[in-house]
Amino acid sequence: MIFSFIISGLIKNVNVFDEFIKGAEDGLKTQLKIAPALIALVLAVEMFEASGALDVITWALRPLANVIHMPAEVVPMMVLRPISGGGAIALLNKTLEKYGPMSKIGLMSSVMCGSSETTFYTIAVYYGACGVNKTRHTVVAALAADAVAAVLSVVFVNLML
Amino acid sequence: MINYIWAALIVLSVISAIFTGRVSEITSAVYTGGDSAIQLCISMAAIMAVWGGLMRIAEKSGLTNIIGKILSPLIGLIFHKLDPKSEAAKAISMNVAANMLGLGNAATPLGIDAMKKLSELNHKSQRADNNMVTLVVLNTASVQLVPTTIAALRSKYGAENPMDIATTIIITSIISLIIGLVVNKIIIFITSRKREVS
Repeated sequence: MIFSFIISGLIKNVNVFDEFIKGAEDGLKTQLKIAPALIALVLAVEMFEASGALDVITWALRPLANVIHMPAEVVPMMVLRPISGGGAIALLNKTLEKYGPMSKIGLMSSVMCGSSETTFYTIAVYYGACGVNKTRHTVVAALAADAVAAVLSVVFVNLML
Repeated sequence: MINYIWAALIVLSVISAIFTGRVSEITSAVYTGGDSAIQLCISMAAIMAVWGGLMRIAEKSGLTNIIGKILSPLIGLIFHKLDPKSEAAKAISMNVAANMLGLGNAATPLGIDAMKKLSELNHKSQRADNNMVTLVVLNTASVQLVPTTIAALRSKYGAENPMDIATTIIITSIISLIIGLVVNKIIIFITSRKREVS
């Protein structure tokens, strides 16, 4: 892909080096604009992970999880996935080690982890880059998608086994 | 909304820490959190610079025009009243292309680029317009065709066929993406009607 970018630039007589530098400068400026939002979010996420709040939420959501036949061991993944990408991967690692990749819990966690994104990170970064603070219904629509992904992971794996 | 979620994360963490006796852990998390945020910013800065540069070459050489044209029916379907020839539409199509190819590293800088161009069309307002919300929803529920990280972890713990979950992941993420976009459209429809009435 990168190769084709450069070649098409050369064919069209673009000053590839000059243009790259201008673009890279813009990219760095944007990064500087995003940085405060990232710092705020990462800080909150690390506090969340260190505090054991995940266990508290998992405990609170257990009755709801029962309704859709979601094992209690999978609930932390559902909670952590939209908040922390690295945290979700670490959790998947632990889950697969403990229950095995072919277990119901292992399969559900894998599908859930792979089928959604780190929602809050995306929202913070995208809006941070263009100075938007009124995000309107973004969180509602994005979390609706995450919830559907979580429920479907459970339903599909239950159907498969 | 983000204000409340951010505050809720911290308040909930502090309360849980008091009850689970992990006050010293979250105190140190305040400092390690800052550290890992700066590390994340530095590695992200590299990606932003590289893809910012490559995108500029692609724009000048007309490559973004071609990809924009190929994906314009799809973009027109998802986004509302967006000129397919606008810079924003081309940037969105580059972001969508990167997402479809599973280039996670490239998708973020390309998406942010598209976001800034949409923001210009929105007169750089602090209030997101419908298309900006749609682009963010699209990226929070993006479809990954080859789940490499997950498969690597699965094979590490002895899965014979670590890619066995790929189809399920693709179907799940496509359906959840569609639901996210539909919820988005419904809310836009309701709010625009309310405004017409009042």
